[in-house]
Amino acid sequence: MILASAAASAHTTNTVAADTHGFLSPTGVEIAFLLVGVVTFGAALVTVTTRQLVHAALWLVVTLGGLAVEYLLLTAEFIAWVQVLIYVGSVVVLLLFGLMLTRAPIGRSPDADSGNRWAALTVAVAAAAALVWVVVDAFRTTWIDLDGPAAGSTEATGASLFQNWVLPFEALSVLLLAALVGAIVLSRKAKADAVTGAKTPNASKTPSAKGADPSGGTHSGTGAAGGSGAGNTDGSDKEGVS
Amino acid sequence: MHLAYPAVLSALLFCTGLYGVLARRNAILVLMSVELMLNAVNLNLVAFDVWLSRTAEETLHSGQALTLFTIAIAAAEIGIGLAIVLAVHRNRGTADIDKLRDTAEGHEPEGPETGGPAAGAAEKAEATA
Repeated sequence: MILASAAASAHTTNTVAADTHGFLSPTGVEIAFLLVGVVTFGAALVTVTTRQLVHAALWLVVTLGGLAVEYLLLTAEFIAWVQVLIYVGSVVVLLLFGLMLTRAPIGRSPDADSGNRWAALTVAVAAAAALVWVVVDAFRTTWIDLDGPAAGSTEATGASLFQNWVLPFEALSVLLLAALVGAIVLSRKAKADAVTGAKTPNASKTPSAKGADPSGGTHSGTGAAGGSGAGNTDGSDKEGVS
Repeated sequence: MHLAYPAVLSALLFCTGLYGVLARRNAILVLMSVELMLNAVNLNLVAFDVWLSRTAEETLHSGQALTLFTIAIAAAEIGIGLAIVLAVHRNRGTADIDKLRDTAEGHEPEGPETGGPAAGAAEKAEATA
């Protein structure tokens, strides 16, 4: 009896929800979300398929900006601006710096995709089909109520963050400090080697010197070891310098 | 708004990032694909937080808090990841993850003693030049 009444009430709520929202009459927010979502997804596809490495980073900007607009449409304004500041502002710039520092080729690089791209495509399409099917089937009668005060305004987000999430927040600051120190430690050796590589005229031959001198490659890669490996290419006189 | 819209977009973005991680050869492109996957997770978290903050009586806004944490962790991850990629590029002359097979099984002839790595290293130098 209770079960039957519960089922009946659930049925009525479902039908009421379907009546009030309308399954195939999308609202303006939904249309905007769909259009921005198509742009975002297309930019993401170009990001993972283009053969020009710098263009991949620039299409990633379009993807992340589109996601910021989606956050705004979901009334999560603080997350949207954090997304713009951190992702578009710093992560993409960092990626572009990485591309430049690893001497990524400007223009089309024919070997941007590895040999197992068909297996990757199979896995990705299968995962997408399974996920979309499950998600659509699970949330067929679920609507987000976007009316009223914004659920993700800066006030609401800040209040919940500093009332309920203070300890993870502080722990995260320690994590960021550790990441900062780690990144500096990892890239200081790069600076020492960059100086040595600038002295060496033919710096692109460094890996062949590594192959000839395996101890330089296996031992800890300090500036002195890398410098001796770089100096081997064009003469032993560079070793004294480095 | 129907909840399926952000959920489906999030699933598609995640699978796009999955394809990029599996198919790309440059390590920095792999990092970009990882960022795509993290952003898909963020969109899911925000959408479900907005949905649940209306249906539940009391909410901690855990979805948005976790989104902020994910963004911070992704920033730390991209910094450390790029530092590692730069260190690999400095030591090996390449950021090509298909050629970093020192710890792979079944590639015994590519030891540092044989003549194989010299040719492979010259190929690497050509690939990066």
